[in-house]
Amino acid sequence: MSRIIASAAIRGGHACVRRAETMLAEALGRHNRNTAIGFPSTAYALPIILALTGKRVEKLGDLEEAVGAARSWLPAEPTEKLWLPYLGGALDAGAATLVAQEAIEALKPLHGIPLEFDYWLGPTTDGILREQGIKLVDGRMPGFAACVGALPDDETAEQLARDLQERNLLVFMGANCAGETMAAQLNRRGVQMNWETFLVPYGPDTSSIVHALGFACRAAFTFGGLKPGGLEETREILLYNQRRVFAFVLALGEVDDEKYATAAGAINFGFPVIADTDIPEILPSGICTYEHVVSNVAHRDMPARAVEVRGVKIHTVEIPIPVRHGPAFEGERVRREEVAIEFGGKYTRCFEYLASRPMDQVQDGLIRVVGPEIGDVPEGARLPLAIFVEVAGRKMQPEFESILERHIHSFLSEPMGVMHLGQRDTVWLRISKKARDAGFRIEHLGTVLLHKLRNDFPAIVDKVQVTLFTESAGVEELYPTAAAAYQSRDERMGALTDERVEIFYSCALCQSYAPNHVCIITPERLGLCGAYNWLDGKAAYEINPHGGNLPVRKGDSVDPVLGQWKGINDFIRNASNGAFERFSAYSMITDPMTSCGCFECIACILPGTGGIMIVDREYAGETPVGMTFSSLAEMTGGGQQTPGFIGIGTIYALSRKFISADGGLARLVWTTTRIKQKLGDRLRQRCEELGKPGFYEKIADETVCTELEPLIEYLATVEHPALEMGEMV
Amino acid sequence: MTNPQNRSADPAAREMLVLAEELGAKTVWDRHDDLKPLCGFGELGLCCDVCYMGPCRIDPFGERAQVGACGADAHLIVARNLARAVACGAAAHSDHAREVVEVFRGAAEAGSSSGYAISNPEKLMALASEWGVESANRSGRHVAADLAARMASQFGLQDGPLIPLARAPEEQRRRWEKMGIAPRGIDREIVELLHRTHHGVESDPVALLRAAMRAALADGWGGSMIATDVQDTLFGGPLAIRSRANLGVLEEKQVNILVHGHEPVLSEMLVAASREGEMLALARQAGAEGINIAGICCSANEILMRQGMPVAGNYLHQELALLTGAVDLMVVDVQCVMPSLPQVAACHHTRLVTTSSKAHIPGAEHIEFDSHHAKRTAREILARAVEAFQHRDPARVHIPRHSMDLVAGFTNENLPHYLGGRFRAGYRPLIDAIAAGRIRGVVAVVGCNTARICQDSLHLALVRRLLSQDVLVVQTGCSAIASAKAGLLRPEAAMEYAGPGLQEVCAAVGVPPVLHVGSCVDNSRILLICSALVAEGGIGADLSELPIAAAAPEAMSEKAVTIGLYAVASGVFTAFTPVPRVAGSRVVRQYLEHDVERETGGRFLFTNDIEEAAQGILAHLDGKRKALNLAPMMYQDGVRSNASGSFRALSTFVPPAGLASLGCGKAQERSQLRPPEE
Repeated sequence: MSRIIASAAIRGGHACVRRAETMLAEALGRHNRNTAIGFPSTAYALPIILALTGKRVEKLGDLEEAVGAARSWLPAEPTEKLWLPYLGGALDAGAATLVAQEAIEALKPLHGIPLEFDYWLGPTTDGILREQGIKLVDGRMPGFAACVGALPDDETAEQLARDLQERNLLVFMGANCAGETMAAQLNRRGVQMNWETFLVPYGPDTSSIVHALGFACRAAFTFGGLKPGGLEETREILLYNQRRVFAFVLALGEVDDEKYATAAGAINFGFPVIADTDIPEILPSGICTYEHVVSNVAHRDMPARAVEVRGVKIHTVEIPIPVRHGPAFEGERVRREEVAIEFGGKYTRCFEYLASRPMDQVQDGLIRVVGPEIGDVPEGARLPLAIFVEVAGRKMQPEFESILERHIHSFLSEPMGVMHLGQRDTVWLRISKKARDAGFRIEHLGTVLLHKLRNDFPAIVDKVQVTLFTESAGVEELYPTAAAAYQSRDERMGALTDERVEIFYSCALCQSYAPNHVCIITPERLGLCGAYNWLDGKAAYEINPHGGNLPVRKGDSVDPVLGQWKGINDFIRNASNGAFERFSAYSMITDPMTSCGCFECIACILPGTGGIMIVDREYAGETPVGMTFSSLAEMTGGGQQTPGFIGIGTIYALSRKFISADGGLARLVWTTTRIKQKLGDRLRQRCEELGKPGFYEKIADETVCTELEPLIEYLATVEHPALEMGEMV
Repeated sequence: MTNPQNRSADPAAREMLVLAEELGAKTVWDRHDDLKPLCGFGELGLCCDVCYMGPCRIDPFGERAQVGACGADAHLIVARNLARAVACGAAAHSDHAREVVEVFRGAAEAGSSSGYAISNPEKLMALASEWGVESANRSGRHVAADLAARMASQFGLQDGPLIPLARAPEEQRRRWEKMGIAPRGIDREIVELLHRTHHGVESDPVALLRAAMRAALADGWGGSMIATDVQDTLFGGPLAIRSRANLGVLEEKQVNILVHGHEPVLSEMLVAASREGEMLALARQAGAEGINIAGICCSANEILMRQGMPVAGNYLHQELALLTGAVDLMVVDVQCVMPSLPQVAACHHTRLVTTSSKAHIPGAEHIEFDSHHAKRTAREILARAVEAFQHRDPARVHIPRHSMDLVAGFTNENLPHYLGGRFRAGYRPLIDAIAAGRIRGVVAVVGCNTARICQDSLHLALVRRLLSQDVLVVQTGCSAIASAKAGLLRPEAAMEYAGPGLQEVCAAVGVPPVLHVGSCVDNSRILLICSALVAEGGIGADLSELPIAAAAPEAMSEKAVTIGLYAVASGVFTAFTPVPRVAGSRVVRQYLEHDVERETGGRFLFTNDIEEAAQGILAHLDGKRKALNLAPMMYQDGVRSNASGSFRALSTFVPPAGLASLGCGKAQERSQLRPPEE
């Protein structure tokens, strides 16, 4: 009966709050009240406390109020007889527990307890949040499973993890059962745990589960545009999670008071609890979409039962290969000692080439391996490889070849035990011994491509045939054709300018969480996420005319310098639900593009320099504008036009149309070394095109300075051209 | 004597009835027996004494006069009698409201000197914003004074609309507008209704019934609602609270004071004074171990809901309690106070004190309540009780050992929190439970006791029947006390009486299957709970679409008729037992039991058979469920039905394919950038 759960949760809540109070008192005894406190690289302070109380905790002293609030939410434990209502109280105790646990986690470093050690990853930075959390809201990931405790044995642990991975679910792990943890079990099985494999071990204490729920709160802030504040705001944050994030808690092993209390906290988010033990159930719904607590579920059935209880049905594509597959396996690396066979890298020639053919020249479903198969060569052999994909379709166009070809990476990364890196002729491909032992052969690479291309692009791909050359003769014979194709595609793209097309493409893929935001993608300005260019938009529209990408006719030019057209402005007004009247393709000052929240970089003006800086979302440090990326992102995102701040895809910096109305690339005075590395020679080349000798070297980065005053001095020293261009506003 | 088993279902009452006989005391049952046979014309509603040509009475068998001297036929006479009852009931609730608004105003204006404080400032601010009273940068007292003035103005309002009317769902208000029965002002509707029943004014029975609905609405959404709001502001919003009910709550070794009547303004003060050290010392000096304040009728409900004070009993217990010889003093104010009390009190040392300037009883001592000296009055009354205690004859004391645990204190304001906590407060768990077929619906079982019906028997029969059919029951007034005495307000009662679906919900939330929401003015809370269910959405866009119903199984007072009528006017199916004085008119019955449904969405079911009422209610709930296309009931006769097992809407997650699979995150590129550690 649920009174037992409520009693345990309320007891657990009291105990947690007491622990937080003790730790806080000790910390206050040894440290100043103004001691900074918080998790690394986040703009959301302690996110659960921020979401539930509306208060930013940044100093040790601030925790007193937060823990005090938690204490005030704690009800008395229900009596054995003649009890008073306990559901609301148990939920409140759950919320209090989360606040207390977050306080405990934040206090740990002051007590000399690390948050990140061994395979434990500790709190999530905003950079990872933006990259991974977006999947939860844009539909690539149905939700997350917060696994609390440990399984009976290592093998079952891996089984469960793989079952969850296969369903695209992000797996958070925390807490322990008598010292045993699921992460330790996976570690012993050699399972790779990190954000790329969707397996994220937070910490061995139950309190570490708050990082999973903090992730949920921050997803609501970052992508839902929700602001913390009063009760009503908190309610919206929780409801956002209930509606959009299909998460649940798997209670593995014995459930103690603190775990019950944490579970009650999770239920506030609409995340139900599925237990493998025989704990009481709470079947009626209302806070969660369906049952709140379901128990006694066999490990084998847990993922399926959990998603059902959460109210989802997950579709998976069946591919007849002998290993598991799915995006979660994309991030898995095959290490040298695990290699059964290897192609490319720095050892052999390995490339992939996709070409379109007339319908009658493709034999659909034909997969040929020309050369030795995996069993024909010794273990660890290095072979050359040409992945030659020929497709035909009534709506297939040569322009789409490069788009389909780009997908080969993710397709071939998805089978477990296959590692694919690079593209075109820089491919590096490994097949692991485990995959081979499971029966995976080179031929199966073709099987995967065949199924994925037909499944993912049914509108343009009718027929697919794949030829896999694994001997030098075939590889070398095909290579010149492929190389010529790469070159001609690049030339065609290079010739594509905004002036030469009449149609731009909109991208509203993010409107599900940023309702007023809309990207306008032009040939010379790709989407701010960096994932979508003009050609993608065109192909996407071809594939699905009712999808997120629509053609927008430019119409009459309103302002050629700013990059405003009548057709585009009309569209923006409509698509932003009337929020915005105008849009400038080439300015970050006048009617700049809005930002959803998943921008790769932020460009913002640096007052006093006449220039701008570009900072990427993985850069955690301070910037000359006095804000970290996370704080900047708060200002820039949320679907608002913020003059002087824009979200951009990194390679937009290379475009001739990069803020051309505001002075262009010559305004760039500061960026991160990561961006410099990423753009590399292409950036040098663009700098040279500007006709300002030595310009590239004049762009400062964090190795030069991270503050405005020294930057201005530096710019003066190197005579950066921006100084002479005058202030932008 | 009549077998006590036939007079009351309550074992304590039965015990006391035997004692009454021994004492030679006459009770309401005896007097009722003495009156038999009751007047048949009166019972059918066919006797008209509106003017002084009469009384005229219509022959129900069609043999003698079919119209009165003025020409009024049976239908007009029945409608007119009913309308006058409605006007009186509305007047009673609304004058109660006026009284507490006056005290509220006094408290606001005089501040601490009045002895009353505003103990619920949050509610004050919420009401201020709803009533359009400026509250920014103003003291609570000033806000309260303006609010009280606005509330007081509702009584004399000429053109309406009443401000609390805006709390009703839009569709319901639209119906009232269309019918022309949206009340304009509380007093105005009562006055107009009385005017229309005067000799030679309104002669259309249906038009008169519609006017009666207008006055009834002025009660339910006006007077009663204001009374509840003010009382919650002054004395605090109730919270779930434990207590005990039945005559066994009387304490052998303490000074026992019973409060009886309706308005909590004095009883709250008495409770506060009884906790003062000075008064307790006084009691101890007199040899008592303490002061025990218990309630009868709605006064009991008021101090139960807010203070957890024990309940001595409901309406028919008022005389029986005095017969125990353990009550030192009974203090009464207004409504449902039997004039017989001085005679019954005279059996023992018990003192009877009347306090309302509107209600005197010859033979009782009158200490008039004055809100400005409320505390002094309360202490004075307590002192008399302590004095009386010294005259108590322990040998003549007989306290029945029956008393029952209970949990009360539920309101439209705290239920959302109990259902969802601080952050997810709301009715969603209840709505979900109804939609999924765990709970069939919500039924308000309210009203009085009457000597015509074996005390509590129909309340309990109906409530138990509904619980077994997975119906959540909400209660007020004497009906709630009936359930309390029978143990239905214990949370454990879910396991004993509720169907399996309702049991699951009660177990999840920790509530009893019967929710006690207060006194009879607090029926307004039920209207607001229903309105909140509509607002939260999912089980009907209007009160009349919800799977809800109401019942008054042992109705006695005119207020019960008014409450029934405002429920019907608000779109609620209402079973009313015993049949009020409408049987003499086919037209009136046809309108109230059938035709009115097309206009308001609600209707009456008049019956003397409680099983017929239960059947009618269950059929109504099922009909509404069907109309809303809700899931079939999860359990049929206690067994899990297969029909509802598959009822689950799963949103299908299809992993994005093609270009959409790139999404915005570019994790793909990241995976490209991380070569294995070599």
